Amino acid sequence: MEQLTGQSISSATPGRVIRTTPWYQRRRTRQIAHAALVYFLVVPGAVLFTIPLLWMLSTALKDPKQIFVYPPQWIPDPVLWSNFAKGWNDFLPFNRFLANSLIITISNIIGNLISCSLAAFAFARLRARGKNFFFIMVLGTMLLPQEVTVIPQYVLFTRLGWNDTWLPLMVPPWFGWAFFIFLLRQFFMGIPRELDEAARLDGASSLRILWNIILPLSKPALATVVIFGFIGNWNNFLYPLIYIRTMDKQVLAVALNMFRGAYGNANYQYMMAVSLLVLLPVLLVFFFGQRLFVRGIALTGIKG
Amino acid sequence: MRQREERDFYLFIGLWLIGFVLFTGGPILASLVFSFTNWTGLTTQEWIGLENFRKLLFEDRLFWIATRNTFFYSFGSVILGTLGALYVAILLNQKLPGTTLMRVLYYIPSIASGVAVSILWIWLFNPQVGLVNYLLSLIGIQGPPWLASQQWALPALIIKSTWAIGANMIILLAGLQAVPSSLYEAAKIDGANPWDEFRNVTIPMLSPVLFYVIVISTIASFQILTDVLVMTQGGPGTATLVYVYYIYQNAFQYLKMGYASALAWILFAIIMALTLLQLWGSKKWVYYEDQAA
Repeated sequence: MEQLTGQSISSATPGRVIRTTPWYQRRRTRQIAHAALVYFLVVPGAVLFTIPLLWMLSTALKDPKQIFVYPPQWIPDPVLWSNFAKGWNDFLPFNRFLANSLIITISNIIGNLISCSLAAFAFARLRARGKNFFFIMVLGTMLLPQEVTVIPQYVLFTRLGWNDTWLPLMVPPWFGWAFFIFLLRQFFMGIPRELDEAARLDGASSLRILWNIILPLSKPALATVVIFGFIGNWNNFLYPLIYIRTMDKQVLAVALNMFRGAYGNANYQYMMAVSLLVLLPVLLVFFFGQRLFVRGIALTGIKG
Repeated sequence: MRQREERDFYLFIGLWLIGFVLFTGGPILASLVFSFTNWTGLTTQEWIGLENFRKLLFEDRLFWIATRNTFFYSFGSVILGTLGALYVAILLNQKLPGTTLMRVLYYIPSIASGVAVSILWIWLFNPQVGLVNYLLSLIGIQGPPWLASQQWALPALIIKSTWAIGANMIILLAGLQAVPSSLYEAAKIDGANPWDEFRNVTIPMLSPVLFYVIVISTIASFQILTDVLVMTQGGPGTATLVYVYYIYQNAFQYLKMGYASALAWILFAIIMALTLLQLWGSKKWVYYEDQAA
């Protein structure tokens, strides 16, 4: 019904008048009707999309007695902020897991930044035989499902004695990741060549050009790598699940699932509280890097 | 100078190249070799030719269940995810007050991923006091037991996946904004109504981006794992036994490394075949500007 109305509203315009001013500037009423229609079609979905996270917060603040009340109560009474501290401290050593996740994530981001900008610079700027061949290999790796490599990697790392250590999680990022190499290369390609060619004529080395000219101009792309890298590593579940056995070495994602398995069914308030805390850094990273993040998606999505 | 550049090139890609050989290229070859053996990670490996593949295709009932479940999940989540993202992107591609806020609201769930969100959805799908069934009851529907039900567990995972349409929405929005407004003005002059505009301007101009979204979503949906590991462990019964979870079980629970490698290669083949099929099919509906020129 509403859709039909919407069509007739704007379809009435083109036949009637052709002017340089667009129709929505002409008639205020029409503008309001149009806006109302759009809101009608899009606001309920936006509310629906927002509810789960609000519900998560609401549950996290509840007294156990209130959790299974039906129909559900949105506003907890009393509001138990202490659930966060209790869930975090009283069951599993989450501070330990947090430290582990932070160390691994930060180290991996630094490793990715170094190895991927080097390779991306080579692909964007340096002339060499075989370059296209290697670049196609980079693209090919992006398409390869990780399931094909995860088993032989497991065998390799087990042979090396890396089982139950952080090495399987922390070594590979220092050797580049195809997706980031591609993302940075796309960005570097957009930087005017004259800048580094002038520097090269002055005798600057490739490393100096990368460090002094390209990287300072690539902050948005580097920030995108940091953001994507943070979220990817923070959420990484399969690798720590496969490799880490000792509780003290475990990361947040797997520990959270252990928590669910051991205490989850009886303690929804703690489970939601801890889940929310684990999710919080991801949301914060998004809020601080939102514009860069969107740009990064557009960069790899559209130009790719 | 040219030589120095070439030397630098190989130095600069050196780390990646070593990593490629050790962690990707080498493992790919090793995986191919494993798939022809009966290796279990404990015993010595024996070359058994195509035996793994024969067993999979002709004797392994679970393989077919996993494949069917994965296709079902992929089909559902790609269709809903793409149409949902397109719907929201078109509506929010307008200069109205509040659209930026709504873009953010639609987008946030797609970055909120991982175990924490899987756990949240277990709670949302709770049959008795879960929010999903509560909201359904408001419109007079008695909700199914979702994750506890053979019939509804996989649809539940599809529903959860549509919560993350935000990333596709952003890509489509960028695509919509790249459509020259002159085309719409021309269409208006020719007397086109909004539906004509949508069909004959928006969709053709957006089709390369739409195609990209469909291909990427399909590939991603075939690799669903975390949700199943956390939310259902393949159950109830085999209702959510999806392909990658079956690989995971074979490799890391039963330690059948050879068999799991064969599974992984079949998955790779399926994904490649689907991508090529989509590429082939795209010739009929995807419009590239440079072709017309």
